[in-house]
Amino acid sequence: MAGIVGYGAHLPRHRIKVEEIAKVWGADAPSYKKGLMLREKSVPPPDMDTITLAVEAAKNALKRSGGVNPADIGAIYIGSESHPYAVKPSGTTVAEAIGATPDIHCADFEFACKAGSEAMFVALSHVDSGNMKYALAIAADTSQGAPSDALEFSAAAGAGAFIMGKDNLIADCLFTHSYMTDMPDFWRREHQFYPQHGGRFTGEEAYFATTKGASNAILKKSGKKPSDFAYAVFHQPNGKFPQRVAKELGFTQEQIDPGWLAPRLGNTYSGASPIGLTATLDVAKPGDLIFMCSYGSGAGSDSFIWKVTERIDEVRDLAVKTHKLLDENLIYVDYGTYAKFRHKIKMND
Amino acid sequence: MTMFSSRNWREYPQRYRLEASKFKKSGKTYFPPRAVDPETSDTVQEKVVLPDTGKIVTYTVIRTAPGMWADNAPYALAIAELTDGTRLMAQVADCDVNEVKIGMEIRIEFRRIQTESHHGVLSYGYKFVPKWY
Repeated sequence: MAGIVGYGAHLPRHRIKVEEIAKVWGADAPSYKKGLMLREKSVPPPDMDTITLAVEAAKNALKRSGGVNPADIGAIYIGSESHPYAVKPSGTTVAEAIGATPDIHCADFEFACKAGSEAMFVALSHVDSGNMKYALAIAADTSQGAPSDALEFSAAAGAGAFIMGKDNLIADCLFTHSYMTDMPDFWRREHQFYPQHGGRFTGEEAYFATTKGASNAILKKSGKKPSDFAYAVFHQPNGKFPQRVAKELGFTQEQIDPGWLAPRLGNTYSGASPIGLTATLDVAKPGDLIFMCSYGSGAGSDSFIWKVTERIDEVRDLAVKTHKLLDENLIYVDYGTYAKFRHKIKMND
Repeated sequence: MTMFSSRNWREYPQRYRLEASKFKKSGKTYFPPRAVDPETSDTVQEKVVLPDTGKIVTYTVIRTAPGMWADNAPYALAIAELTDGTRLMAQVADCDVNEVKIGMEIRIEFRRIQTESHHGVLSYGYKFVPKWY
């Protein structure tokens, strides 16, 4: 089957700590940190958005692609819930920036937090069907969370990019499965700046039921069990949910560790499980099986089973590793700077 | 101080992809690209893509920024020499202005350059960031 020919990530260097947000709203930082299992989140500076994150992640994917000519990429799909324009595609700017125009198909995907895996799913299908040689799928977000809402502690920014192809694979996609129902757990109406959510309703019936639905279905389809996998990556709206769903499905903490980024990164929405996959590929060995399951409110999950090839050893050092972007050279900002960066302050036009 | 979307569009090759013109007769590379070599009047050229790393040659600090860059202030505006010797000017992002130094190694990143009010076009292009990896 088709698979990953090149992968890459990009993250902002800026971070804000839970304590910094909590002190503004009179919230109890230790209980938020424990409840969300999260200590800080990434913050995009004012000159960074879904398009710029996507371009940098795509460039890193090209570096690991073994010389894929951008002109041979037949499609660019970007999944995000923070496309900079309401009307004007993100994909064409990214295509132009990496030199993939004009013979290309572009579409911006939206599906709450699973828009990125949706892009991966469609890109894989195009390559698999022989429609095109390569397709680029990008998961990128500069997530919104309403001030003082629980989401404000987690809504973060980042991007993961994957060039899908058939030859020269880094990871072969062995199986996919998608699982969707109509679930009113989280939404944002048109012209609203911040999303709304159903509080605790977003847990059991939404995230957990859907993630387990897609995970159990792909395990059954593939005839595999959790212990067959070297690693597993789940959608991570906070640190706690992916840890709990992994455990309930029979995966261990060791399996999720490399791709469990939320405690230090926050929830990168569409980027969450795809960026987790980049961090996991960074440490994977040839022959390893990687389990991946996204989740997007509304609601649905896309699950994938990847088999890592020997090429991983040749390419992993050709671009910056995700954990380096996550852990090193961070710039901590206070709430005022964060509010300015995220345009939460009313200005004169 | 707004950039018309048509002008922005015409400059995509250099702003998005760092494309420069290298003239056959003199072997000189110009960025932004030129149609005619000003020294030799040569028009025979090839497109070259500039490298994405270099060093700061000189800089100035902008503390009172024009409106559309107000949320970036204070910031440094620098001239950097890339590894192929080409010099270009850009804003230095992700860097405290007190930490910008002549000789500092930079990498070029794709960033949002201008935001035209709440309803205008967004302009993208290159900025310098400290090269830390």
